[in-house]
Amino acid sequence: MELVEYFRAQIREDPDVASAVAAIRSLLEFLKRDQSETILGLRENMTKAIHRLEETDSSVAVSSGGELFLRFISLTSLEHPDLSQCKNVMIERGELFLKKISLSRGKVGKLCHTFIKDGAKILTHSSSRVVLKVLENAAADNKRFTVYVTESQPDSAGKHMAQKLGKLNIPVMVVLDAAVGYIMEKVDLVIVGAEGVVESGGVINKIGTYQMAVCSKAHNKPFYVVSESFKFVRLYPLNQQDVPDRFKYKADILKTVKDLNQEHPMIDYTPPSLITLLFTDLGVLTPSAVSDELIKLYL
Amino acid sequence: MADSDGRQVVSINHSTEEDVKLQEVVQAKCEGKELTKEEKQRLRKEKKQHKKNKKDDRGPPEKEKEKEKASVLAPSKPATQSPAHKAAPVPVNASASESPVAAEKPAKSKAEQRAERRARQDTERASKQGKKEGGQQSASSKPKATPNELQPVKRLPEHIQVDDPAALKKLAKKLERQQVPLRSDYGYKVSLFSHLHQYSRKNPPTQQISIPATVIHPSIVRLGLQYSQGIIAGSNARSVALLHAFKQVIQDYSTPPNEELSRDLVNKLSPYISFLSQCRPLSASMGNAIKYIKKEISNIPSQCKEEEAKRRLQECIDSYINEKIILASEAISKYAIEKISDGDVILVYGCSSLVNHILCEAFEKQRKFRVIVVDSRPRLEGREALRRLVKKGIRCTYVLISALSYILPEVSKVFLGAHALLANGYVMSRVGTSQIALVAKAYNVPVLVCCETYKFCERVQTDSFESNELDDPDDLIVTRNGKTHLENWQTVKSLGLLNLVYDVTPPDFVDLVITDLGMIPCTSVPVVLRVKNVDQ
Repeated sequence: MELVEYFRAQIREDPDVASAVAAIRSLLEFLKRDQSETILGLRENMTKAIHRLEETDSSVAVSSGGELFLRFISLTSLEHPDLSQCKNVMIERGELFLKKISLSRGKVGKLCHTFIKDGAKILTHSSSRVVLKVLENAAADNKRFTVYVTESQPDSAGKHMAQKLGKLNIPVMVVLDAAVGYIMEKVDLVIVGAEGVVESGGVINKIGTYQMAVCSKAHNKPFYVVSESFKFVRLYPLNQQDVPDRFKYKADILKTVKDLNQEHPMIDYTPPSLITLLFTDLGVLTPSAVSDELIKLYL
Repeated sequence: MADSDGRQVVSINHSTEEDVKLQEVVQAKCEGKELTKEEKQRLRKEKKQHKKNKKDDRGPPEKEKEKEKASVLAPSKPATQSPAHKAAPVPVNASASESPVAAEKPAKSKAEQRAERRARQDTERASKQGKKEGGQQSASSKPKATPNELQPVKRLPEHIQVDDPAALKKLAKKLERQQVPLRSDYGYKVSLFSHLHQYSRKNPPTQQISIPATVIHPSIVRLGLQYSQGIIAGSNARSVALLHAFKQVIQDYSTPPNEELSRDLVNKLSPYISFLSQCRPLSASMGNAIKYIKKEISNIPSQCKEEEAKRRLQECIDSYINEKIILASEAISKYAIEKISDGDVILVYGCSSLVNHILCEAFEKQRKFRVIVVDSRPRLEGREALRRLVKKGIRCTYVLISALSYILPEVSKVFLGAHALLANGYVMSRVGTSQIALVAKAYNVPVLVCCETYKFCERVQTDSFESNELDDPDDLIVTRNGKTHLENWQTVKSLGLLNLVYDVTPPDFVDLVITDLGMIPCTSVPVVLRVKNVDQ
């Protein structure tokens, strides 16, 4: 249980960190403290730990980040006869992985801000730390632009985003979720973050993203998604219904509520046909290239 | 006949001994016996020289020489030809008599060629004697050859070049050499598809094979007949039958003396493959299987004993069938069952062994769904699929493809099988599949294609015209209420019957491809091909 406590503590200490990064830090700590005698036992414990974290925070990123972490640390020769040596190797690789992903947000920011031209009007959805970083970089580059943020009910995350942007002296306006169609003709481009990027090249993000994508397609505005590479997940939803329930609702609701049909889902799926480009730390990708990258990462 | 005539004409320049040998060769061929190596070499030499003569058609300066030679040779021709001929006296004599009479074009060109060959031989002899002097002359003959070699020749497969007479001639020669019967096309072809073969089921290619067929193995003959009559149909069934037939061939094979198994067996397989493609054009899966077998055969080390090598090959074939077809379908059903949820209405088209397997497995795993089977004329393969599914106890509905847009609003998913997956993401499948994908897309119904990786091919195609298969047009004739309206369709000059077998579906209409490697989007096929090539 101390794992979950550690995880929560991490998030409290550093609210700016991605939940997946916090999860991976906790997993690394768990690995260091683990007492198992065999590598198989170690791996089993790690998988159990990942499941426990998923129960705490049901976002797609935690699940994908955890799986990638496990793959990365075991994707090396563990031929050493001594278990502690193997463990040291795994811990080293774990640290390396953590360092890489902590830098990923910066890389994405650097890649994407060049796509924001001077005088641009940007529409974004809900609160994403990656999008914030991108806009931060663009502002630092002395570009002038205005941002429209949707309120993003039911948790009004959009308002937090507006506050943070205000602190960076970027002109920002909060709009209703229902006003996306109304505002689309004014904006030049749409940038959103992602909770998970799926095998087809589509994204899973806060509810309301799909609507925005359909609207931007109808108005022929480019729809960009920014995401770190540890959010790539081995799912392949065919439509909204096909996204597994454990991602759609918050973790506490999954545990307490009996009839999920009465609940409102927190995320939706945007198919790849509506996405123009994806900005990741692996580079700027088209949706069809995501599958290529995933095959490289997972196979 | 012109061909053998030409050969006879060329032989005049050789001694009569060789004439007799050539005769024997022709006789042996007519009797269908397999030619010995020497006879084959002789035939090859003759043909090469014949080809060279045709290529080196030089201009006017030599025509005078030829005219003289023609007048000299023409009277000698019937004289030399009559004792030389035993096998086919009448037609050859007739043509021989024709040629001096018609003396102008055919005789001249052959006489020209003969003269040029003599002249060339003279120059080559001279060049051999005086190398420095000859250098210039041989240099003049060389540049003629190199420009042809420098041009990169893009080779199109024969089966889509039916309207090109040169390609047809090449095929005829190749088949003659391999002693495989050539199948003739049937009926009027719609002009857009005139570059494809159209055979009739009433003229099987096996009619022209003598019994016992010593050139083509009997199990291959049986297989070819089964293909051409449509007894074995469906991509997986055809490949498995092919591999079993090859196993039999390998079992009965014995290495001739002074030959290596790895090289000779591959050469033995070539006429079989030509015969099978005459019966029915090879599918992509069959092509990949053949490539695999050829590779395995040529990888047999030369020290390996014959029994050991045969055993090894049998094992390879067995493991190929097991891995690529049987186990692959298990893996695919595992992934596909994840996509089938309770309450689903699944649409299937035609009869795909893989899709039927998936549905049966899902039903066994207690998933609650019902199936709509869509069928189309003239094959009506959907009935077979319907029979299999109903036998399992799955609730099914049966419609013809014309009712597709009526039934689609009820459907939640479409499962399609594939004949091949092309490198640019297009799906090649039974004709009607792309129609289903198109209408499903219009109704926003997800389309899933299930395909094993051994059906992936390197070809690229964007339309269904370039490379397709034309089935027997007589299949489209139907008798209703005792009346057959199209009975005499051949007599109506402006009427053509088109019975296509395949069509291609663009990747935008396909949402997901389920392969044994996992679930991939349609555009990732080249990635899989790349990964497979790295593995091999």
